Amino acid sequence: MHGRRVVAEAKTPTTPDVTSGIVTAIGQVMSRHQAGEVDAVMIGTTHFTNAVVEARHLMATAVVRLGLPATQELPPMVDWPERLRIALGHHVYICHGGHEFDGRHISELDPAELIRVAEEIGRKGIRSIAISSVFSPINGEFEEEAGSVLSAALPGVAISLSSQIGRLGLLERENATVLNACLRDLADHTVQAFQGAIGSAGINAPLYLSQNDGTLMAVEQARRYPVATFASGPTNSMRGAAFLTGLLDCAVIDIGGTTSDVGTLQHGFPRPASVAVEMAEVRTNFRMPDVYSFGIGGGSVVRSDGALAVGPESVGYELPTRALCFGGQTLTATDVAVAAGLADVGNPALVRHLDRELVRRCLNLIQARVAQAVDRMRTSAAPIPVVVVGGGSILLGDRLPGASVLVRPEQFAVANAIGAAIAQVGGEVDQVFTLGGLSRDTAVDSAKATAVDRAVTAGADPATVQVVDVEDVPLSYLPGNAVRVRVKAVGDLRLEAKHLATGG
Amino acid sequence: MGESDVDDIAVGAAVLGTGGGGSPYLGKLLAQQAIRKHGPVKVVDASEVDDSALVICCAMMGAPTVVAEKLPRGDELIKAFTTLERYLGRTATHTVSIEAGGMNSTTPLGVATQLNIPLVDADAMGRAFPELQMVTPTLYGIRASPMVLADEKGNTVLISAVDNYWTERLARSITVDMGATASIALYALSGVQVKETLVRGTIGLAQELGRVLRDTRAAHGDPVTAIVDRLQGRLLFAGKVVDVARRTEAGFAKGSARVEGFDADTGAFLELQFQNEYLVAVREGDVVVSVPDLIITLDLDSGRPITTDEIRYGFRVAVVGAPCDSRWRTTAGLELVGPRYFGYDIDYTPLESLGMGTAGGGT
Repeated sequence: MHGRRVVAEAKTPTTPDVTSGIVTAIGQVMSRHQAGEVDAVMIGTTHFTNAVVEARHLMATAVVRLGLPATQELPPMVDWPERLRIALGHHVYICHGGHEFDGRHISELDPAELIRVAEEIGRKGIRSIAISSVFSPINGEFEEEAGSVLSAALPGVAISLSSQIGRLGLLERENATVLNACLRDLADHTVQAFQGAIGSAGINAPLYLSQNDGTLMAVEQARRYPVATFASGPTNSMRGAAFLTGLLDCAVIDIGGTTSDVGTLQHGFPRPASVAVEMAEVRTNFRMPDVYSFGIGGGSVVRSDGALAVGPESVGYELPTRALCFGGQTLTATDVAVAAGLADVGNPALVRHLDRELVRRCLNLIQARVAQAVDRMRTSAAPIPVVVVGGGSILLGDRLPGASVLVRPEQFAVANAIGAAIAQVGGEVDQVFTLGGLSRDTAVDSAKATAVDRAVTAGADPATVQVVDVEDVPLSYLPGNAVRVRVKAVGDLRLEAKHLATGG
Repeated sequence: MGESDVDDIAVGAAVLGTGGGGSPYLGKLLAQQAIRKHGPVKVVDASEVDDSALVICCAMMGAPTVVAEKLPRGDELIKAFTTLERYLGRTATHTVSIEAGGMNSTTPLGVATQLNIPLVDADAMGRAFPELQMVTPTLYGIRASPMVLADEKGNTVLISAVDNYWTERLARSITVDMGATASIALYALSGVQVKETLVRGTIGLAQELGRVLRDTRAAHGDPVTAIVDRLQGRLLFAGKVVDVARRTEAGFAKGSARVEGFDADTGAFLELQFQNEYLVAVREGDVVVSVPDLIITLDLDSGRPITTDEIRYGFRVAVVGAPCDSRWRTTAGLELVGPRYFGYDIDYTPLESLGMGTAGGGT
C-alpha cells in the first residue's frame, strides 16, 4: 500500500511451514516493484493461535504468581483443559507479593522464596516463566522485581509479565500470560522465519505484527508477547474493508453463503463484544469485535409456498450445483439477484421465468433484514455509511434504508491483509484510582496521559495520537471512593518514511 | 449437589442478581474447587430443618472488581463461620445463602462441604441487594450481629451492633480496610426462623433458570422468553443501549442507561436507573418497574445476564421485570428496600399493576 492506495495484492493459501506462503505472496506483490521501495512490512498471523488450539510446539512453562497469603484457593491454570495443562506441565508456584486495590502491599516480595522457586524451575529444565501479581495493572513493581530475581538466577530464561498484557481480572490476565510464555520459543523461530522470508525478497525494512485490537507491534515486542496476535483476524478484516473505502465510522456487512455478519467501526476500530474470549477453552481477557450474525446469504433457500421466506436454510457450498441459475433445482437468493439483473452469475436464462413480483418481494425482504441488522448495531439514530463485502454482497442493490451510502470496496478479497497494514499503534491503561483528594476528572486525565505515553513509546507519532476509548466505572459495593478507568490511545506509526508500503 | 449442578446455579444466580452480585464465573469456580476437594453438598428443603437447628448465613462482602483480582486464600469463610460458632458456644447444623443473586448464591457451598453440614435451599433476599440489613429476617426483628468478618491475612473482627443498619455501616468500613473484600458469617437463625423468615427454594430456582437457559440455547429457542415464562415476569423492552452515564452522588455510585427500542418498541426509549443493581425502569416518563421487583437485563440473543458494571453503549438487551417476594411489598419491606431508600422519589407499584411497556419486542 502507498498511503490509502493498494499498489499490489496477492492471495495464496497458508502453508504448513508458514513462511513459504509468505514468500510466495511477497514474491507476487513485488514482481513489479523494487524491494527498496518498501518502508515497512506488516503481518497478521494466526500461527500462534493455531499452535495453542492444536497444542503443538508449546514450551513447558512455569507460572509464578505473587499474592500470598491471598489467591491460594484458585491456583494458576485452575480452569484449564487437561490437554493443555499436560502440554505445559502444570508447574505452578504462588509466592508472596501483590497489591491491594488502593496500592498497599498484600505482603512483601521475598527474594529468598523466589530463589528457591528458581532452583526448582532450573532443576526441571524449564526455560519460560509467566509472572503474575495481584493488581499489577495498578503497580507492576513486584512483577518486574521478581522477573529480575528469576532471570538472574536462571540466565537465558524467558520471562513474561502479566502487567505487560494488561487489564484487571487476575485469572484471565494470568491465563493470557501463561499462553504467551509457552509460545516464546515458537515466537522466536517464527519471527526469525518471517524476517528471513522478507530478507530473501531483498526487503530491508522493519517488520510489524498485528495485534488483537488492530494496532501493530514491533517485531521485538512480538518476540516477547506473541499472545497479543490472538484473535486479530476478525478485527483486521473489518478494519481492512472500511479502510479501503476511507471510512472511519461505519457499519461493515460481510454477506457469505449461509449467514451475514454485521459489525460497526468507531474511529476505525471495531467495538469489542461483551463476552471474554476463550482460546482453546482457556478464558482470557482479550475481546473480539462485536458482530451480529443472521441467516441470510447467497445460498439462502427461498420459499414462496405460504409466507415468503429467505433463509435461514441454505444450500451453502453446494450453490454452484443446486441453485437454479447453475442448472440446479433449488430457488436461492442468488437466483433472485440474477433474475433482477443485480448480478451476472451462472446462466441468467435459467431464472428468466421467475415471477417479477416474487423477485421484487424477495429483494425487499432481504434488504429489510439487512437494514434491521445494521439498525441493531449502529449506536446513533443518524444514518451511517455501510460497507458491503463478501460473495453474497450481490444480494443488495445500491441502496439500503438507514444507510447514508452503500460502498463496495473492490479489493475486499485481501481486506484482512489491508487491515493488518493500517499503520497504527496504541497504548492502553486499566487502573483503579482511589479518589482521596483526587477528583474523577483528574483520575481520567491521568489515565489518558499514561495511555498517550504508552502509544508514543510503542512507536506512534505524537502529533497523531488520539484517545479513542474512555470508560470509567465506580467500583460497585464500595462507598464511592474508587473508580476503575480504562483508556485507549492510538496514533499513526512513525516510519522512516520513504513511502508507506506493505505486504500482508 | 455436585460440580456440574454449580454451572447452572451460577448462571441462574446472575439472572436473579438483577445486574449486581458479582461474577458468577468466580463464584462457580470457588464452589467447584471446594466440591472437588471435599465432596458433594447435601441440599435440604427449609421444611426439613429441625426447629432447634442453628443455621448460619455466610457470604462475601465487598467489590466484585477486587474479588476478581485478589482471589481468596480459601479458609477465610470457614474462619468467619467457626469464629461465630465459638462466640455463640454452639455448632451450626446448617448453612444458608444470604443472597440468591450473584456469586453469594454459591458462596455457602464451600462451607457446607468443608464442615460437612447441609445447605438449606433458601436465601434472605430472593434476589441481590447491596446492604446487609436488606434481608427478610430484618422484617421479623432478627439481628444480623453477632457477625464475623475475616480476611486472607488471618484477621477476624466480631461485630456486635445495636441494629442491622449499624452492622452494615461498621462491616462496610472494616471491609474497605481489609482490602475491599471480606468473608462474613452472620444472621444466626433457629430452624423456626429459617422456615418463617427466609425466601424458600431460591437456590433450586437459580439452578432451574440456568438449566432453562442452557436447554433453550441448545434447542435454538428464545432464551429471553424462557426466562420470562419461568419467573412469571414480563418482557418490558427490547433494544440497544445508546447511552450510559455514571456519576457519584453523595458517596453513591449511580448510573443510568438509555435503551432505544427495536421491533415493537421502535421509536421508544427506556431509561434504566442503576446503582449496584438495576433499580428503576422508566419508559417515556412512566415507571414500568421498580425495586424491590426484579429488573433483569439480558443479552437479547443469548439470554446472558448483563451486570451494571459491564453494560455499555451498543449492547443489545432485553429488559425483563419479575415479581419480588411478597414481603418486600409491605410497608416495612418498602421502607427497607423500596425506591425511596435508594434515593428515587417515586412510589412503588407492583409490577403486575403497572402499565405494560409494550407487547414487547421479539428478537
